[in-house]
Amino acid sequence: MKKLLSISLLLALIAGCSTTPAPDENAGAPVESRSASQQPDVTPVVADGLDASGLPRVLTDPKSQLSQRSIYFDLDKYEVKSEYQALVAAHAKFLVANRDFKVLLQGNTDERGSREYNLSLGQKRSDAVKRALVLLGAREDQVESVSLGEEKPRNPGHDETAFAENRRADILYRAPDGRGEF
Amino acid sequence: MSRISRRIFLIFSLLGAGLAQAQLSIEITGAGANRIPVTIAEFAGDASLSRDITEIVRADLERSGLFRMVPPNAGTMDENAPVDYAAWKARGSDALAAGSVLRAADGRIEARFRLYDTQKGEPLGGAVYVTGKAQMRMAGHRIADFIYEKLTGERGVFSTRIAYVVKSRGQYLLQVADADGQGAATALTSAEPIISPVWSPDGSRLAYVSFEKKKPMIYVHSLASGQRRIVANFKGSNSAPAWSPDGRKLAVVLSKDGNSQLYSVNADGSGLQRLSQSSGIDTEPRFSADGSSIYFTSDRGGSPQIYRVDANGGSAQRVTFEGSYNVSPRPSPDGRTLAFISRREGRFQLAVMDLASRQVQVLTDSTKDESPSFAPNGRTILIATETGGRGVLSAVSADGRIKQRLTIAAGDVREPAWGPFLK
Repeated sequence: MKKLLSISLLLALIAGCSTTPAPDENAGAPVESRSASQQPDVTPVVADGLDASGLPRVLTDPKSQLSQRSIYFDLDKYEVKSEYQALVAAHAKFLVANRDFKVLLQGNTDERGSREYNLSLGQKRSDAVKRALVLLGAREDQVESVSLGEEKPRNPGHDETAFAENRRADILYRAPDGRGEF
Repeated sequence: MSRISRRIFLIFSLLGAGLAQAQLSIEITGAGANRIPVTIAEFAGDASLSRDITEIVRADLERSGLFRMVPPNAGTMDENAPVDYAAWKARGSDALAAGSVLRAADGRIEARFRLYDTQKGEPLGGAVYVTGKAQMRMAGHRIADFIYEKLTGERGVFSTRIAYVVKSRGQYLLQVADADGQGAATALTSAEPIISPVWSPDGSRLAYVSFEKKKPMIYVHSLASGQRRIVANFKGSNSAPAWSPDGRKLAVVLSKDGNSQLYSVNADGSGLQRLSQSSGIDTEPRFSADGSSIYFTSDRGGSPQIYRVDANGGSAQRVTFEGSYNVSPRPSPDGRTLAFISRREGRFQLAVMDLASRQVQVLTDSTKDESPSFAPNGRTILIATETGGRGVLSAVSADGRIKQRLTIAAGDVREPAWGPFLK
């Protein structure tokens, strides 16, 4: 827990930056060495606009951690694995800093077994992510967890690779003006 | 057991060419041990209508696996023609049906027939069915039901309907067809998944789960009017509807209070009540035929197993113990048997349990059986399964002997639900 908190604190700093007018996406942009130049270095900054879905780019830019929206699970399991705790913490931090944003968590399963049981299993997965977000400060009313069960596989295959890719919870965002991904 | 494998393609006209993909074809394997030999004479009257109806009657009876067709004489035979019982007996036919089909002045169709017991040398009764041209198939199914009931002592299900979901070209179609898979009509088309259709006890409505609003919600859909009502749209997932036998309530599964738990709700969406309290998953409720108890799936014991609880709530008793995955309980109409899906060595198979002795029998050798549904006479269980990577429906006799497969040319068929007896 202590480790998780320190990670989340670190991510909080990054994610926190992302919500201020200066976006984080350029924080790590390559800067050429110009030691010979007398001119001051210029770090190019792009105003954080909205992408086509109406969400801030920090949520959708592939370079931003918050663009990672999937948490993968082991077979028949619904615990958030430690490797995803930093990602969950980053999303929690965004929700803490942006109280008027909402997320929909969609739990998914692989295709094996009963459709209705899988719907409940997917719900367990999205609930687990919701619990983690709320534990890290997101408000209950910002987060809805639902399940798609086995109905919307990301990978349509029928092998272990496909199954692993489909055992997943996804985070979808909605902006205060109602625009977004759900 | 003599094993037959035949392939019948019933070609029928649909409402439009766009629905051509929705044609189901039927393949039958296996047969009952003692099939009753019967003769269905060529009915008299309008030649084309008579031929169609006679063929429907024969196909229905054969498909049941309980009858063997003894060829009729050349020419037609109406319901009033004299019957040479001794000759039919000598031919090996236990029963004979003869009749006629006429087109009335108003365009409606009148199908008359009489059934004879050739062993006893006496008529077993007859009937006349009047239908519109569009419901002509129903007249054939009704005649087959009459014959089936007279000769087996059980009600026939040829005139009942089935519902199922077709996934084709990225679309989901909720369809309703005759029990033989013919005459399909699409009740709902959606870009998002549709699962778990269940018939109201009067056969007029379907409840189901639709994902059309990006999350599972429960709808009740009146088939004749096309009118739909959302009966459960709570925070979280809303799924697994099951009608109470009186048609007034639905048992549903909601995750609004955390885990998937059982609730009951009136068919109009009012009067929500919680039925189960567990820290795990409770889902897939089904009322027993008498409405007194609910069977459901729960992982409260560490793996998904089937439990039974009083319909008013209370403590649940575990029903399945063999294996680590037993789901999708469906009590039989007579309350004596429970059909369910059991995972054995990684294969998901249809199983039945005798509820008195707790004896379990696996009925299939497939690997991906899902969603069992009893015919209203309890004789047959319809399941979704997979062959060659395609979703198909399979009708398995409750003793596992006879299997029929219903496939669709350009798509996956799944989520079957067998409708009630026609009133």
